[in-house]
Amino acid sequence: MATLSFKDFKSDQEVRWCPGCGDHAVLAALQRALPKVSSALNYEKERYVVVSGIGCSSRLPYYMDTYGFHSIHGRATAISTGIKVANPWLTVWQACGDGDALAIGGNHFIHAIRRNIDINIILFHNQIYGLTKGQYSPTSKFGAITKTSPYGTVEHPFNPGSLVLGAKGTFFARSLDVELKLNEEIMTAAALHDGCSVMEMLTNCVIFNDGAHKTLSDPAVKADHTIVLRHGEKMIFGKDHDRGLIYDGRKIRAVHIGEGGFTEDDILVHDAHTDNIGIHMALADMKGPDYPVALGVIRDVKDITYDDGVRDQVKDVMQKSTIHCVDDLLRSGATWEVK
Amino acid sequence: MQHKVIDTKDVVIRFAGDSGDGMQLTGSLFANMSAIYGNGLSTFPDYPAEIRAPKGTVAGVSGFQVHIGSEDVSTPGDFCDMLIAMNPAALMANAKWCKRTAMILVDEDAFDEAGLRKAGFKEENPFVELGVDDRVLIVSPVTTLTEESLKESGLDTKTVHKCKNMFTLGMACFIFDRPLDYIFQYVEGKFGKKHPEMVEPNKKVLKDGFNYAANLQMIPDTYHIEQTHHEKGLYRNITGNQAVAWGLLAASEKSGLPLFCGSYPITPATAILEELALHKSLGAKTLQAEDEIAGICTAIGAAYAGDLAVTTTSGPGLSLKSEALGLAVMAELPLVVVDVQRAGPSTGIPTKTEQTDLNQALYGRNGECPIPVVAPHSPAHCFEMAFQASKIALEHMTPVMLLSEGFLGNGSEPWKIPSMSSYPAIKPPFATSLPEDGKFHPFERDPQTLVRRWAIPGQKGFEHRVGGLEKNHNGVLSSDPANHALMVAEREAKVQKIADYIPQLEVDGPASGKLLVVGWGGTFGHILSAVSAAREEGLDISRVHFDYIYPVPRNTEKVLSGFQKVLVCELNNGHFANYLHGLFPQVNIVKFGKVQGQPFLVSELVDAIKEAL
Repeated sequence: MATLSFKDFKSDQEVRWCPGCGDHAVLAALQRALPKVSSALNYEKERYVVVSGIGCSSRLPYYMDTYGFHSIHGRATAISTGIKVANPWLTVWQACGDGDALAIGGNHFIHAIRRNIDINIILFHNQIYGLTKGQYSPTSKFGAITKTSPYGTVEHPFNPGSLVLGAKGTFFARSLDVELKLNEEIMTAAALHDGCSVMEMLTNCVIFNDGAHKTLSDPAVKADHTIVLRHGEKMIFGKDHDRGLIYDGRKIRAVHIGEGGFTEDDILVHDAHTDNIGIHMALADMKGPDYPVALGVIRDVKDITYDDGVRDQVKDVMQKSTIHCVDDLLRSGATWEVK
Repeated sequence: MQHKVIDTKDVVIRFAGDSGDGMQLTGSLFANMSAIYGNGLSTFPDYPAEIRAPKGTVAGVSGFQVHIGSEDVSTPGDFCDMLIAMNPAALMANAKWCKRTAMILVDEDAFDEAGLRKAGFKEENPFVELGVDDRVLIVSPVTTLTEESLKESGLDTKTVHKCKNMFTLGMACFIFDRPLDYIFQYVEGKFGKKHPEMVEPNKKVLKDGFNYAANLQMIPDTYHIEQTHHEKGLYRNITGNQAVAWGLLAASEKSGLPLFCGSYPITPATAILEELALHKSLGAKTLQAEDEIAGICTAIGAAYAGDLAVTTTSGPGLSLKSEALGLAVMAELPLVVVDVQRAGPSTGIPTKTEQTDLNQALYGRNGECPIPVVAPHSPAHCFEMAFQASKIALEHMTPVMLLSEGFLGNGSEPWKIPSMSSYPAIKPPFATSLPEDGKFHPFERDPQTLVRRWAIPGQKGFEHRVGGLEKNHNGVLSSDPANHALMVAEREAKVQKIADYIPQLEVDGPASGKLLVVGWGGTFGHILSAVSAAREEGLDISRVHFDYIYPVPRNTEKVLSGFQKVLVCELNNGHFANYLHGLFPQVNIVKFGKVQGQPFLVSELVDAIKEAL
């Protein structure tokens, strides 16, 4: 098998996102991650299908030189599900925005996670409706002032991580558009995960919500405001690597190592593979000012996948049944002969 | 005592009781037994939407009408020769369906003061109150007799009471000269595996009911319905929903593509999903989706990935699927959408039949969005049309709407089992070679059929994108006005071309004259009977039935133009009539519609025919 490079995944279509849009970087990370996935899993390019709904980020399939389906608003997850069940051999990637996946498509999103169908969902999270030019989304902060909330929203936002884990998701990761290396790493891990993988990508909309994630992306402060979790590594963060997360018997706390009697030995080690969804929930829920926002693969556990379940059941029934063709079926059960 | 046995051509029996009384089961047992016995048969389950409405009330009455004949019968019958009413409410709701000469069998034990009041009777004698006291009344203490019959069985009272329906079925078997052996086989088949302890009690109750009827003086005569002289072959009884499922499986086999069904449960279409879920041994994958939209969208995904994709629903579900249907039209993917119509709008009357979704099927989408529409005309015909709908979808790369009806889906009839060798292979236009530039152009068309080629993900070198946005032949997005106009015209012309591949209309009767009676879908049997009845009265009329609605068969204009008047009969306020008028404004179309959630009566069709002449 020829080794694939990022160029193999670039289509000849002109990329039409706004200059400075965070989506460019996520696309680049995907185009860099897929060659790695291909060599790790021995996948040919024709095996990839990229699906999307409607929204700025949903233009992504056009920019990938793979099989692609740009569908309708909110329904990408259902389309992806159909593709994967029809042919589990295909590897399905999905691009959707926070409005697409969590508002109009919220139902499909939680059910795909519940079923644990083996698809890889990149959730572009910019806290705004970009393509319709600046209305609030289900993740916009309480009080956000947008075109449809000129006096501020009066509704609570979703935290995508809580939603995924609340639906018993088997894979959840979070990152920022600008973290190219981390994103490649997360996407590769998502591809290796057998089950529904959700990657929340905090993206910047330069036009309608510029700087929404600034405290997490600004090089001057990001080390203090975020923590990158890696399985088996201690949960240490901060510009000077002197802060960490501990469990005080009641809850997780962010502490300074060497202060208040806390040493490096007290710092938690990240276990992405534990069944204990509570700790992953707590990590996914962390936010400032008391906590850093967790990035990286927060949860990655094994469970039965829907597509395997469907395939195995069909195989099993085929072996056990006495009906092997439609002629058998038509003649099964109560019949009578006219002579 | 000795009863006189009367040979009769056909009888209609209506079983009615509380929805918990097992009337659907009793009716289907009687029907299936009669089918095996060799009678012509048509059934009509008429049940409420509530699973268990308050006991003894009219709202909770469930009915099942069976029409059996010594020749083929084409409708479940307008009025019944025998009504079996398990309680006063069943009598209240169904007395109006009794012929002048009908027999009415009731469970005397249920006709107490409380029962009569619950059913809404005001007077002492319910038969007098309903004006049916001149019918042959068989008032038997069915509950007591059933208790007596099973007193040694060791079953508890609740279970014993559940066998009441079998007692009346036994009585019906005597009255209509049905050999009990047939029904015993069914009882064994039905209870044998899961409830073996119920086999003997049910058989005993049946036999006791049979013998009781034989000893009863109230029953003046019994009836014999000779076996039908069917063509030689193997037969079975089949419902429309089952036939749709099997037709889809047949298309899957003939196309070599696995069947995928993404659906959400909805009355009266659910049985199709249930039936397909049973047949994984034929490779069928069923996905019970989180909603109607996911049902169709998973199917569209499966179609893109190369399966024969199907979604099944009823009117309200079809409304929810509209946007996704547009996507399937735009992406030009094969998809079968089965709509088992019910009374609307909105939730309407879920368990009652109508043909009121035709406008929705033809026009219910945004943009210029043509979708072929076909309609089966009888329960068994659902097999044929599900197969043809799949064939059109796969060979012409388009979603296809199969418009069934609650009347067809739940109804059943005997069916001569076909051999799959008599069905054609289905050949989708797979993309097998690339043009000189080495790139697959997904929306280039075959000049003959105007159909695009189908490249399946996983096929090396054919990577391409589809979607809901307008594009040019190469699949590149385009909002160019001229290109949009061209693509709209091509999608329409592609669907129109299907008319070259479907059968022409066949006129029953002379090719020209005063009146042509037109129908489509499940009204076939009633119209057929009405036209025969009208001819017996000396009326010179012709009849034609549309199985293919959009596009219409090529000879439609010629056929319609042969008549001074065209009477379009349908269970709506004129959808098909208006559609035909739009296509052929020169034709003199007269509408005859009915929107009551009920099938036509043959008698009202005969009246409409007379009026049109």
